Amino acid sequence: MDAASPRFVRLGEHERPAVTIFVDGAAVSALAGDTLLVAVLTHQGRLRRSEFGPEARAGFCLMAACQDCWVWSEAGERLRACDTPVKSGLSVLTEQPDASWPNRA
Amino acid sequence: MAEPRIIIVGAGPAGVRAAQTLVEAGLRPIIIDESARDGGQIYRRQPEGFTRPKSALYGSEAPRAEALHSSFDALKGRVDYRPRHLAWNIADGHLHVACEGQTQALAYDALIIAAGATDRLMPVKGWQHAGTYSLGAAQIALKAQASAIGRRVVFMGTGPLLHLVASQYAKAGAGVVAVLDTSTFSAQVKALPKLISRPDVLLKGLKLVAGLRLSGVPVLRGVTPVEIHGDAETGVSGVSIRLASGAVRRFDCDAIGLGYHLRPETQLADLAACDFEFDAATRQFRPKIDIDGRVSVSGVYLAGDGVLTQGADGAEISGRLAAFAALADLGREVPEAQIATLRRARARMERFREGLVEAFPWPHRLAADIPDEAIICRCEGITAHDLRQVATLKGAEELNRAKALSRVGMGRCQGRYCGHAAAEIVSAATGQPIESVGRLRGQAPVKPLALSTRKVSP
Repeated sequence: MDAASPRFVRLGEHERPAVTIFVDGAAVSALAGDTLLVAVLTHQGRLRRSEFGPEARAGFCLMAACQDCWVWSEAGERLRACDTPVKSGLSVLTEQPDASWPNRA
Repeated sequence: MAEPRIIIVGAGPAGVRAAQTLVEAGLRPIIIDESARDGGQIYRRQPEGFTRPKSALYGSEAPRAEALHSSFDALKGRVDYRPRHLAWNIADGHLHVACEGQTQALAYDALIIAAGATDRLMPVKGWQHAGTYSLGAAQIALKAQASAIGRRVVFMGTGPLLHLVASQYAKAGAGVVAVLDTSTFSAQVKALPKLISRPDVLLKGLKLVAGLRLSGVPVLRGVTPVEIHGDAETGVSGVSIRLASGAVRRFDCDAIGLGYHLRPETQLADLAACDFEFDAATRQFRPKIDIDGRVSVSGVYLAGDGVLTQGADGAEISGRLAAFAALADLGREVPEAQIATLRRARARMERFREGLVEAFPWPHRLAADIPDEAIICRCEGITAHDLRQVATLKGAEELNRAKALSRVGMGRCQGRYCGHAAAEIVSAATGQPIESVGRLRGQAPVKPLALSTRKVSP
């Protein structure tokens, strides 16, 4: 797959109302009831980048234990994508905004 | 005397049955649960607006899921249910609970912890690539979101979840490339005398594997994981394993579900100062409990997979037993005959649990052969080499010392996914037995909290 390809595949429950969210400023069409993680990964291949290595990340445990799925709101709050439900107009960034004190080792 | 205040952590099978037992005794427990909805991970409810029937979500366990959900629904109004609340510390007889930027300290007369389990992981070179998920994650994607983690998925590791999730994916129409089990067929045969203690469950397991084979999915046993192939940008592209014959075989895929059975979430028990003991069969430390779930600290009780991986049915039993133990210790009358029946049922669950441990053993020997360049800590990209260096050159033969010097176990998952493997690596590198290497101490907060979290009065 290339970097822009969606990672997750929807297998059912297609008949839900569409909800528009914004990922790094671009409009993304999700479905009501999606978690933020599923909304992003049915649209693209990654959620964020590792702060400690070169690689893209896309979550790991989906049960709020590993914290690998953090993204950021425009205000800079950390959102755990696997247990954050989407809502219309939600706008998230996949890189930490204004990281003047970046989360790096 | 005022009504005793009992807090239950967790609204899965153990927590719900504990709550029901307390309500039936005329009490109104507080239930703290991190999820938005009850059911725990195993009977996780799909979001509002999803329409798949329970039979599609839970398969043969649908009646049990239905029973648990409706029991919980019937408790509404009779319990103080607090969903989306994180129990993050226990100190000075108080449970610290955070929600939406605020935290409060709750006093209790009895505390029943049913914190559940997560996947137990053994790192493999390349597991940091996007598209590697835990087996539990693969199941949650399907169950709670009707999605697959990829187009072509390999399931690798061991444990009952391995074959179950693979077969759920195949049934839902997802692309299943292969099931790669590190356990051997002979280990599974040897475990039969214990597994036969729950013949119905054993039969379901055998049917799952037969079903996968019938649908053309290769199911390989006794494999050794070698490497997850991938690219920093695009993630997973394949996986290599060594067969029992010694030959290396590669499977192309874009996602991997990886896991080696479960590990209990014991951090809260640790913070409550419960005594732990070493279990040689699973090679891990766990809180010491009696058959009812009492620990070494009075007023604290443990139930469910958060202490012993007896599965959902076992969790329901242990939740009831923990609630009866709390009631008895508070001086209430309890139904001795019912308790005796529950204890007998629990003993059967325990025998089956031991059988699963034998059938799907934690492959600890893999740790010694993990190549130096492989990442052990996914959170902070720390390699096996870094960990071995602090163990052998800096004398960090104890796990918390190795953590302090290498940072393995100090990242955002707090050692949940690297801690057991790190102990094995230190043990192999230093020649010390695993029980001397020890275990990562539970630290508050048990999950990251925002610095802006404010303390408020209960």
